[in-house]
Amino acid sequence: MNAKKVFVGIDIGASRTKVALIDAAGSLIGYAVEKSGTDFSAAAEKCLDSSLAMAKSSRKDIVHTISTGYGRKNVSFSNAAKTEISCHGKGCFHYFPLAIAIIDIGGQDNKIIKLDSEGRRLSFKMNRKCAAGTGAFLEEMSARLDIPLENMDSLARQSGHMVELGSFCTVFSGTEVLEKIRQGEKVTDITKGLFLSVIKRVLEMDSLSENVVMTGGVVAHNPYIVTMAEEILKKKILVPEHPQLTGAIGAALYASEAQI
Amino acid sequence: MNEEKKPARKKIHSTTEMNRIMAEYFYELDNAAKTGEKKIAWCTSVGPAEILRAMGFLVYFPENHAAMLGATRMSTDVIPLANARGYSPDICSYLTADIGAYIAGVTPLSKAYKGIEKVPKPDVLVYNTNQCRDVQDWFMWYAQMFKVPLIGINTHLGIRDVNDAHVASIVKQMEDLIKPLSAVSGKKFDLDELKQVVALSRACSDSWKKVLDTAAAVPSPITFFDGTIHMGPAVVLRGTKQAVDYYNLLLAELNERIRNKESALENERFRLYWDGMPVWGRLSDHAALFANLNTNVLASTYCNSWIFTDFDAADPFTSMARAYTKLFIVRSDEPKEQYIKDMLKFFKIDGIIYHDAKTCPNNSNCRYGMPKRLEEETKIPSLTLNGDLNDLRCVSDEQNKTNIEAFIEQLEESKPGL
Ligand code: SF4
Repeated sequence: MNAKKVFVGIDIGASRTKVALIDAAGSLIGYAVEKSGTDFSAAAEKCLDSSLAMAKSSRKDIVHTISTGYGRKNVSFSNAAKTEISCHGKGCFHYFPLAIAIIDIGGQDNKIIKLDSEGRRLSFKMNRKCAAGTGAFLEEMSARLDIPLENMDSLARQSGHMVELGSFCTVFSGTEVLEKIRQGEKVTDITKGLFLSVIKRVLEMDSLSENVVMTGGVVAHNPYIVTMAEEILKKKILVPEHPQLTGAIGAALYASEAQI
Repeated sequence: MNEEKKPARKKIHSTTEMNRIMAEYFYELDNAAKTGEKKIAWCTSVGPAEILRAMGFLVYFPENHAAMLGATRMSTDVIPLANARGYSPDICSYLTADIGAYIAGVTPLSKAYKGIEKVPKPDVLVYNTNQCRDVQDWFMWYAQMFKVPLIGINTHLGIRDVNDAHVASIVKQMEDLIKPLSAVSGKKFDLDELKQVVALSRACSDSWKKVLDTAAAVPSPITFFDGTIHMGPAVVLRGTKQAVDYYNLLLAELNERIRNKESALENERFRLYWDGMPVWGRLSDHAALFANLNTNVLASTYCNSWIFTDFDAADPFTSMARAYTKLFIVRSDEPKEQYIKDMLKFFKIDGIIYHDAKTCPNNSNCRYGMPKRLEEETKIPSLTLNGDLNDLRCVSDEQNKTNIEAFIEQLEESKPGL
């Protein structure tokens, strides 16, 4: 018997790898986020080591591991794989055991997942073959505007007048951004406009029920997006403590269920 | 973790016979094109093939050729050639692939059948717009290339209830085809011959229906992916005895499987319905993907499109007009929804996959809210996949895979412990 049981969830997304460790009581005891890069296994190993260190645990304490995300089949040490749709649902329901509609904005994909009050999935939608409304969109735009990605949130918050972008396509939006700069618009206002573009692309994917939860790396690093979405939806949006880790936490929860 | 298991999908033995009759069919066409012994008519897949056969034409179907271009993945290479000639990448990728292949001077027929170098040159082109306008424009290209007549039938679309006026208008248009066809074939029209062909088409259609209906057995002896391959004779050889014999042979094999409780998949856990076109270039990948998930996609709107239960040899024109107008694709959403609901029940379906084919809105039934409406009514969950029939530039494999796996996980949650 292990003195300290640890369950691992590992979410290898297109842009970031996330690991969550939970204990037998379902509490998050360690986590880490790394760039996925091109060597998924290396990113996974690195993340696992950091989260084990945080949890003051070692590999021998690991009871079961579930991987998820695009690289879910590339983790040599995982016991099974599950899709990020299921894991996000599981992770969110753990924090908000209600009938919920989850909006997840990831590096390359967006999802809307609907769960009933028992946590059963009713439906899900993923974005089409297009980067509009994803983290990749903001990354591309930050490069066009020549501002660090991590500054976008505070810039958008300073905006007094939003510049709306009409374009749908990430590449054409880039051109539109340059056009706005030429017209003398402020970077803060353009950034707020970019956030709005992300929200619009996501909200058009599906209708939303009463309780809305927002997760994903974009939300974790740009919480102002949640405030803007609340204004549009005219309701309070629930956000878990670690929005970027929800998929990994869901995977860890599955791991804890599968152990016996 | 290992990426893939070995898919367990059972081989259908009758396939050898199908391959033989399909080869015979293409060689006969090739020979006619080379010798001029028989006239060749090009026909749309749900066009009036019976009239053409009754008038002595060998009938060739460009859509079947286009599907072969897709299945061999030649299509994505040749589509841009048609795009460059002004055919938009957003229109039917059967059309763009077929015209592109013609421009490139390539055909999958030469790979499949030694000695065949080109598609058989038409003497006349006959369309029916019951599926879409694209077929008419597609055939117009060839009419200009080969300088041969283009004739056809323009069908009413979005029909709720097929009434006598609809049928009468199609009958009239069918009758009007006789004169120009006689001029090309040099053969007089004979009603008895048409009756014989219609009788054979009906027999083919009945047997094909029985083949597809075997999927109602639990476990199902057949998959949708088998269906897309085995529908070949129903498309290109309806109106012939070979097609009828073939489906009777196939039916016997499938009934034998049912008797032995033999499933098309080793472990059929979920039963899905496929709506829309197949992704031809991913047929085997999709078959393997679903098989690995112990899921049998076993019934479809698509394979059923070649079931014409209205054909009646006693009244060939009217019954053909009715059959070709009653088709799913010609109808409005109410009869379409009723049809799918009946199918879901009959085949004991757990979930629906809608394929939203970028270049074929006509066979993509998920664009006007149908999935949500049906989901609310039947409580059967659905998934929409974005893709295309032939243009793999519109397909994202990784996204589709995640979507499909997530959908099966969803079904697992609602059907635990199986
Ligand atoms: S129905 Fe679709 S696939 Fe068939 S010819 Fe028309 S557009 Fe092409």
